[in-house]
Amino acid sequence: MSPGTAQLTPVAPRSRISLPALAAASLVLVTLALVLVFFVAPNDADQGFSQRIFYFHVSIAITAYACFGLGAWKALLHLWKRDPRADLESYVAVHQGVIFGSLVLITGSIWAKISWGHWWLWSEDQLVLFLVLFLFYAAYFMLRYSVDPGPQRANFSAVYALFGVVLIPVSFMAIRLAKQAIHPVVFTRHGPNFGGWILVTYCVAQVAMLVLAYTLYRIELAGKRVDARVRELKEVLA
Amino acid sequence: MTTAETYVTAAYCAVFAIVLVYVLIIALKVQRLEREVDELAGRAAAHEPDPEPDERREPAVVG
Repeated sequence: MSPGTAQLTPVAPRSRISLPALAAASLVLVTLALVLVFFVAPNDADQGFSQRIFYFHVSIAITAYACFGLGAWKALLHLWKRDPRADLESYVAVHQGVIFGSLVLITGSIWAKISWGHWWLWSEDQLVLFLVLFLFYAAYFMLRYSVDPGPQRANFSAVYALFGVVLIPVSFMAIRLAKQAIHPVVFTRHGPNFGGWILVTYCVAQVAMLVLAYTLYRIELAGKRVDARVRELKEVLA
Repeated sequence: MTTAETYVTAAYCAVFAIVLVYVLIIALKVQRLEREVDELAGRAAAHEPDPEPDERREPAVVG
């Protein structure tokens, strides 16, 4: 391709919320959540101090579900409307979901060790189902990088990301459907199982994790877009 | 420090460490992109066309 004849992909439209503002909001919210977790929220009557893992563990789990859901939504947009940006956005959302999913498994194992005396229990359906969901999306990258870049790879990745979204409600409901579960149930049909400062702290931690995930999503997406444009420019100048 | 406090601290440190590792990976990537952009700028400078013949002529005093 000679210089001047190549077509560069159009620049993605600027988002309404700037990246520095998002990063600052993440920092403030995560700091506030940590202050509430360690200095304001009372000790749980049943689990004591160890219950404080819950604030980040549950928030991170719901954030991971949200990331996988966003990845599936972007995959649907790719297949349905052929949105040229959707494939990359779906990939980045799934990547964030896997990062947050690994955090769920780590914090959950630590909590299980304190509460149940075991790092992992294969008899607990909800743990195993979350692991299945995590491994399913971890395998997404194996599929994506086993196909050459192009429309075929984007289509395969989109279909795979869409299939995985079915596992999210199954994983979420497993805690409620399990008859002999020892995993605590945070939200029931009648609302959250707690109130007062515990509820406030949980809500702040949840918002903090969602904003942090969105900030990391935007940073990674910006990096991937710059990377793609640098590659295109290299071809143009070759 | 009690056992519960140790485990809770470990859990929060794990979260912090993974986010830090992620930031480190992004920083390394940005560093690589910076190098590649420098390289592209060098290539773009080498690709710049020669000045037009008219621009190469010495200005002459008329009259």
